[in-house]
Amino acid sequence: MKMGKATRDAFGTALARLGAERSDIVVVDGDVHNSTRTEAFGQKFPDRFFNVGIAESNLVGVAAGMASSGKQAWLASFACFVVCNAYDQLRMSVAFPGLDVKAVGTHAGISIGEDGPSQMGIEDVSLACSLPGFTVVVPADEPSMEKAVQAIAAIKTPAYLRAGRPKVPIIYENGCNFTLGKANPIRDGKDLTIIANGLMVSAAVQAAEALAGQGVQARVLDMHTVKPLDDAAVLAAARATGRILVAEEHLLHGGLGSAVAMSVARQQPVPMRFVGLNDTFAESGPPEAVLEKYGLTAKDIVREAQDLVGTHSR
Amino acid sequence: MPDANPKLNLAGLQAKAKDVRRDIINCTTAAGSGHPTSSLSAVEVGVALYFGGFLRYDPKNPHWPQRDRFILSKGHAAPLLYSLLAEAGYFPKDWLPTLRKLGSPLEGHPNMRRLAGVEASTGSLGQGLSLGVGHALATRLDGYDSRVFVLMGDGEQDEGQVWEAAMAAKKFKLDNLVAIVDQNGYQQTGATAEVLDLRPLAPRYEAFGWFAQDVEGNDMQAVVSAFQKAAQTKGKPSALIAHTKKGYPISDVIHDPNHHGVALTPDEAKAALAYIDAH
Repeated sequence: MKMGKATRDAFGTALARLGAERSDIVVVDGDVHNSTRTEAFGQKFPDRFFNVGIAESNLVGVAAGMASSGKQAWLASFACFVVCNAYDQLRMSVAFPGLDVKAVGTHAGISIGEDGPSQMGIEDVSLACSLPGFTVVVPADEPSMEKAVQAIAAIKTPAYLRAGRPKVPIIYENGCNFTLGKANPIRDGKDLTIIANGLMVSAAVQAAEALAGQGVQARVLDMHTVKPLDDAAVLAAARATGRILVAEEHLLHGGLGSAVAMSVARQQPVPMRFVGLNDTFAESGPPEAVLEKYGLTAKDIVREAQDLVGTHSR
Repeated sequence: MPDANPKLNLAGLQAKAKDVRRDIINCTTAAGSGHPTSSLSAVEVGVALYFGGFLRYDPKNPHWPQRDRFILSKGHAAPLLYSLLAEAGYFPKDWLPTLRKLGSPLEGHPNMRRLAGVEASTGSLGQGLSLGVGHALATRLDGYDSRVFVLMGDGEQDEGQVWEAAMAAKKFKLDNLVAIVDQNGYQQTGATAEVLDLRPLAPRYEAFGWFAQDVEGNDMQAVVSAFQKAAQTKGKPSALIAHTKKGYPISDVIHDPNHHGVALTPDEAKAALAYIDAH
């Protein structure tokens, strides 16, 4: 897989492009625009860009107020700060009135590496999914992030968009079809389905290749939208492959795995395995080393897939 | 443009304040719960805004982009807001007795999705001033001269977000934003002086770069004058510290200066209404 941009870079580019297309779009920044990449928008449209300082509660509230007055308000900070620090504001000032606010959490997951656990958003998807009416999107690469920005700009309801710090491989080299709430099939297989999003999609593809060498054919789905979840794709995967493995760069509790498990349990119970962060914070270190230590690599997916296929062979 | 909003003279405003107080007592007692005393302290502020010519609005076109905004950040004073909206013609007054009942848009705390005229869904204290900053920025960006009024409680000043918003309002020079603090002296468990004493509030707002005024908040003429002065402030946001009495003017009837979050019994309500009629 060819290496591409970080999803935060793709987000910044797409947001600036959106600003040129739509004059109703405003951006609120918690003094991290050079990290979240909203600086590109800020440089092009300074009159629609508002840096409120290091004050996440107010960041969300100001965005909500502008949305109440007819703007589409985008706000961005680190995933852990925007979602965890300002959760009540997302709940009360955005979700409850159902305003057109797009909250973007960058530096999500443990792949930020060296800065360590205080900066790692590992529960943001779970928390965002717990906000009634929020759409929650976790793009895997540069092309799908660009499409994701367009897609959530097109809806008038609240959304949470997750972006990562490191460069990630390009999944969609030949362009990307992107519909909110509809999983993208990446690879077909009959023995199990690997459902992943974000950084873990490329790991899932690598894992599927390794498994193919061992005679195991894995279907891979990019479940970029965690809410609303593509129940139809989950049902089809459960029926066709009989086993489902979910991989995400997030705590196992409340993330993509939980959402898929509920869908599976409701529709077509099949054996499942989960790759994610198991009830722990991570630690500082080079991103690759941190991902390896905490079990978020292609190797971990292969191991779980072997266990799933081996113990439940049809 | 809508018809001119009602601009009552002093006697008219004082009479309207009595009507609003009756509404507050009647609807909370009918509901059997709610925050009558937190609503009563801010009646002069609310009536001056809606009926003294300070707030520009159109009940027939509640989302009129050039309207002024009133945000009730102390959402537990919802009965005050509902009475003001009913008196202003947003909905029939006979909705008021449905306060807090299942199916009624007059929920325990304001819900903007269910009731036209409510500018913000509030009830988690500390969030309204940030919303006001957002409204003030957006309406200025659109080139309108709309003004934004945010009513907070004095206990609410404990919330850090209030001061985050205050700093941002100063940075963006929001002279179209007016914050009113209903300093009634009490919060849920006791006197603000004992729980977390932030007085004097006016110097705090001044230190944050605001123009601030102390005003006798249950004196209609004083409140009207203060809003006039706030309207002339340029280049910075404006704060009114309204020195009020919680439960004004019926604190003698309820024998408790706080009486927080409890409706009056039917007997107390009868006595309170009689007192209001007589004074």
